[in-house]
Amino acid sequence: MANLKELTHREDRLEGGHRLCAGCGASIAVRQVLLGAGLEPVVVGCATGCLEVSTTIYPYSAWKTPFIHNAFENAAATVSGVEAAFKGLKAAGKIPADKRVKFVAFGGDGGTYDIGLQSLSGAMERGHDMVYVCYDNGAYMNTGIQRSSATPKGAWATTAQVGAAQQGKQQRRKDLTAIMAAHNIPYVAQASISHWKDLTNKAEKAFAVQGPAFINVFAPCPRGWRIPYNKTVEIAKSAVQTGFWPLFEVEDGVWRQTVRVVNRKPIEEFLKPQGRFKHLFAPGNEALLAEMQSDVDHQWDALQSRFNCS
Amino acid sequence: MPTQKTVAATGNTVVAEAMRQCAPDVVAAYPITPQTTIVEEFAAFVAKGRVHTEYVTVESEHSAMSACVGASAAGARVMTATSSQGLALMWEELHIAAGMRLPIVMANANRALSAPINIHCDHSDIMGARDTGWVMLFAETAQEAYDNTIMAVRVAENDDVLLPVMSTLDGFITTHSIDRVELMDDESVSAFVGEYVPKYPLLDLENPVTHGSFAGLDGPFFEFKKAQREAIERSRKVINDVGAEFSKLSGRPFGMIETWGMEDAEVAIIVLGSTAGNVRHVARGLRDAGMKAGVVKVRCFRPFPFAEIAEALLGVKAVAVMDRAESFGAEGGPLFLEVRSALYDSSERMPVIDYIYGLGGSDVKLELIESVYKDLTDIASGVEAPAGLVYLGTR
Repeated sequence: MANLKELTHREDRLEGGHRLCAGCGASIAVRQVLLGAGLEPVVVGCATGCLEVSTTIYPYSAWKTPFIHNAFENAAATVSGVEAAFKGLKAAGKIPADKRVKFVAFGGDGGTYDIGLQSLSGAMERGHDMVYVCYDNGAYMNTGIQRSSATPKGAWATTAQVGAAQQGKQQRRKDLTAIMAAHNIPYVAQASISHWKDLTNKAEKAFAVQGPAFINVFAPCPRGWRIPYNKTVEIAKSAVQTGFWPLFEVEDGVWRQTVRVVNRKPIEEFLKPQGRFKHLFAPGNEALLAEMQSDVDHQWDALQSRFNCS
Repeated sequence: MPTQKTVAATGNTVVAEAMRQCAPDVVAAYPITPQTTIVEEFAAFVAKGRVHTEYVTVESEHSAMSACVGASAAGARVMTATSSQGLALMWEELHIAAGMRLPIVMANANRALSAPINIHCDHSDIMGARDTGWVMLFAETAQEAYDNTIMAVRVAENDDVLLPVMSTLDGFITTHSIDRVELMDDESVSAFVGEYVPKYPLLDLENPVTHGSFAGLDGPFFEFKKAQREAIERSRKVINDVGAEFSKLSGRPFGMIETWGMEDAEVAIIVLGSTAGNVRHVARGLRDAGMKAGVVKVRCFRPFPFAEIAEALLGVKAVAVMDRAESFGAEGGPLFLEVRSALYDSSERMPVIDYIYGLGGSDVKLELIESVYKDLTDIASGVEAPAGLVYLGTR
């Protein structure tokens, strides 16, 4: 694994000057993941979303590496086609047989948990030599903070509003990382932009395996979460410390915790600074808060037993 | 001259054979009746090592075309095949493939669209794709399906075009019937299609490019669309040139339309696909009985051969368009709308009657076609034409 000094010498493949918001977690996730690709060439694919629209405004491009955007739900299928072309052109003798190229697809949680799940599942099952990275900010941020299946229960979103009849999103979030682990692919990991070393290590591993790899990266959205733009990393860290977003990897079916949390903090520490959870702290919503804590506890315990079984 | 081998084979078999001979670097496909045997037979070529193709067995048609887009942008020669609901599921990606100017070639086994579900032939699937920006070729026979698939590669990859091309054949009637087909030898097909040299491949790592940019309100979206229109207009000449070159090799004539008996026809039927054979057969019989019957078969629907059709119809007194697809609420089916539009600028405008026929594979009996010619003869001699379109042969 590369150390910090080595990483600082690597070229950024996502150049500054793009139009993502100040404090955007997605661009941090992308830069850290691409550092993990090392010095080998990388072809990037991207689902429709903030990352894509803000980095490829014609005739400009913030990408210093080959980049393709196709549509919303098909980043995995598109990159699987690029990877297939690489193999087909090698078989045709048009690309040298020993040439090495990395392929990575980025999608937000909307493009990954929801509309792109089938395309992702198919690409992973087919065994393409590619990495899929979900930058999870827990809602459809590009279209204006609509709820996704990654939105936490109780969170406000523009399609899961807060009012007399309803306190934000009514359903629990989907455990996508576990779903991807169930594909029995060589490498699956859950990471956060707040733990850069853990994330770049995971990216290195993901790029190194032969076959498909998936990383789910926690990437706060200041606009959607109603937090100041300079609190992105802090909030991401708090998600890890409260056990809301545990950091682990599943390597060839073996589940392993990669960042230990010794004294897990109460979930309120993660929720309180975020405007999207403000209503949970209003009088009368104590039960909702208690339920969120118990959900995190339950998820934590289930995960520990997976680590212990492995 | 190429060595040609005469075989008895289905349309799907010879489309798979044409695909093998064109040697795509990537095929990404999903099975659907009645396209299935194309992808099965191609999979057998892959398994036997007879092609170098990377064959991507995707989980849906949407992903099939998505992977084709990725592979084509990467710089590969890319082919696929689909039908009906599969083509409908690809709809979003059909626009993207054309908008990104990717020369993908796809066979389509023309089949009805649900509901009700029906697996048999009509053109409602393919006509739903008529404004997606693809060049669209229609085959009457397995031979034409084979020839069109090979020509499609040359048209798509031509620098003046760079658009995806559909090579369509009628579900079951052409896909599954055994027909007499002349196949060219591998070397001749390979030399004819040549090597694909992509312009801005993603896999040119030294010159990184961004594909699929955002061209919003201030972007050149409008100009990109105009460029697409110019490309499909340029494809007319390319289709004719490629067709002429292929004709020389194969000995089989090709034009955007094919006419029969039109030199002195007084009544004519315009038709797409497999029904053309039956129409010709009926017209031949009627000619023997003294009727001046003609046939116009449309082999290329996009770009539409307006000028060729208007010219072919000069001197005709009444015309029937046979549409195997609906355009609900429009004045007629898709082919009718194009033909009537082609006649607007013509020096002669004769009555044109639209016959909707054969939806969901319903039989088009010879007597029905004969009845159309008889209607036309009546109309030509002054009987009033029916108001609106005619459903031909409903029970």
